[in-house]
Amino acid sequence: MSIKEADRANPVTAGESDPTRERRSLVKPSRIRQYEPVVIGTLSVMFVLTVWQLVANARIYSVLFLPGPWDVAQAMVKLFQQGDIWLDMATSGQELAIGYGMAIILGLVIGLLMGWYTRFQYAMDPIVNFFYSTPRIALLPLFIIWFGIDIQSKIAVIFLGALFPIIINTMAGVRNTEAALLGVARSFGASDALIFRRVVLPGSVPFILTGFRLGVGHALTGVVVGELIAARHGVGQLIAIAGQTFQTPKMLAAVILIAGTGMVLTTILQRMENRFQSWRPQIRR
Amino acid sequence: MYDRSAKLAANGVVIEYWMQRSRTLFTAVQGVDLVVRTGEFLAIVGPSGCGKTTFLNAVDGLIPIASGSLTLDGREISKPGPDRAMVFQQPGLLPWRTVLGNVMFGVEAQRSMGKQEAISRAKQQIDLVGLSGFEDAYPLELSGGMQQRVNLARALLTDPEMLLLDEPFASLDAQTREMMQLELLKIWSKTKKTALFITHDIKEAIYLADRVIVFTRRPGRVKKVVEIALSRPRDLRVKRDPQFLTYEDEIWESIQEELAVPAERLIAGMPAA
Repeated sequence: MSIKEADRANPVTAGESDPTRERRSLVKPSRIRQYEPVVIGTLSVMFVLTVWQLVANARIYSVLFLPGPWDVAQAMVKLFQQGDIWLDMATSGQELAIGYGMAIILGLVIGLLMGWYTRFQYAMDPIVNFFYSTPRIALLPLFIIWFGIDIQSKIAVIFLGALFPIIINTMAGVRNTEAALLGVARSFGASDALIFRRVVLPGSVPFILTGFRLGVGHALTGVVVGELIAARHGVGQLIAIAGQTFQTPKMLAAVILIAGTGMVLTTILQRMENRFQSWRPQIRR
Repeated sequence: MYDRSAKLAANGVVIEYWMQRSRTLFTAVQGVDLVVRTGEFLAIVGPSGCGKTTFLNAVDGLIPIASGSLTLDGREISKPGPDRAMVFQQPGLLPWRTVLGNVMFGVEAQRSMGKQEAISRAKQQIDLVGLSGFEDAYPLELSGGMQQRVNLARALLTDPEMLLLDEPFASLDAQTREMMQLELLKIWSKTKKTALFITHDIKEAIYLADRVIVFTRRPGRVKKVVEIALSRPRDLRVKRDPQFLTYEDEIWESIQEELAVPAERLIAGMPAA
């Protein structure tokens, strides 16, 4: 039996004036309340699109200067009909998957080691701080010299972009382990390995996932800027060419693809964060 | 009433800290001599900062002693062991684990019990501390008193020979604290564990203990030992017993001498006697 059920079975705590109402707000929001965020969010998006469409329809500016959402939608459909987009998406997706995937693995390992071993942190701190305070995109010309204009140079810049926020957040998660919990674990004679697996690691998960989420933003920046500067294929390359040839609706359609990817990845990670934090009492205002 | 043989013996225990900032050696405890008898409930009271918690941490084996000897059943204490279990001032529960998972954490860390056995015995402990029905609740859903019950159950599940309690009720409100004291005595009389209880609450110490030890101010030493000859089982009314109040006066005066400020300025903070 959960504590919520216990409360329900024993509604003394609910107050005398209007117990049903009190309990509803504490235990489960009503149906409308539950969908409130989605409904209000959708209305807000529709409002912005409508205003945008109306302004565009007034045709104060030309389509190539200010296309409306409808123009962008049509451009999007056309993109997929022509079929080149698949190669661009595959290229960008591959860069993102490899670069971001490597950043997750290495960032996690380095971050955990830095958090757990103080001396390793002392050794790594100057290097991590150097790269974290440098816009990693500034290294792109170097990567082009090293790796050429194929996907390797983009993978490198995506990897470096996402790596450092992941390292720093993972390390912070380990370092933020409550001293009281460590004391309890030591008092019961827990081995270091057990402390790491059962106390430190689960406590760091929210920090780690935040690092992953921040990494997504940096990785997508790497994809777009990397391809804007020099690439053969890719969604960023598509944006660059469409922009240079004044195909503004097409350019915006590609931007929306990037934004959509970012939103999907961020949402997945947000869901994971919530799942790992299901032990936090849900208090709705 | 209890076996007179010593469970825990401290002889001239000195505990020192190296203070990194001032680069000085700080003496927290200076030559503590005491004995905790098997099955006894011993309480240590003292002015705040007198080193009583530090002493308890040394008994748990979390910090080393600089000199003297500290033995449990004649064996020198050097590190935490399954023969002792601590109930902490802060509950120290893993927030992502349920009550059941937290109660099991102690035996899990000691690797002293199989999982199935741990689950069924943990449920018994949860029952014993009055938390049945809350096995699947998370710590953040519990009140402070309930969290301390989990803290206690976690220690009891490891079946220690000696229970160490570090001001476990200090952060609870007055009513909850009294209820917890009553329940602790019930559990203690059932389990017959030797108990070493640290507190700054004189009434709590007298109510719970067979003997109360008063520490001096820092660096802490044993100043006074008071045998509490109140009959057991004790209910909360014993706190108004004239004998109880005599003990309280005696201990209060002993502690008061240790406080640097003149007595007149402390009258306001004196417990109602």
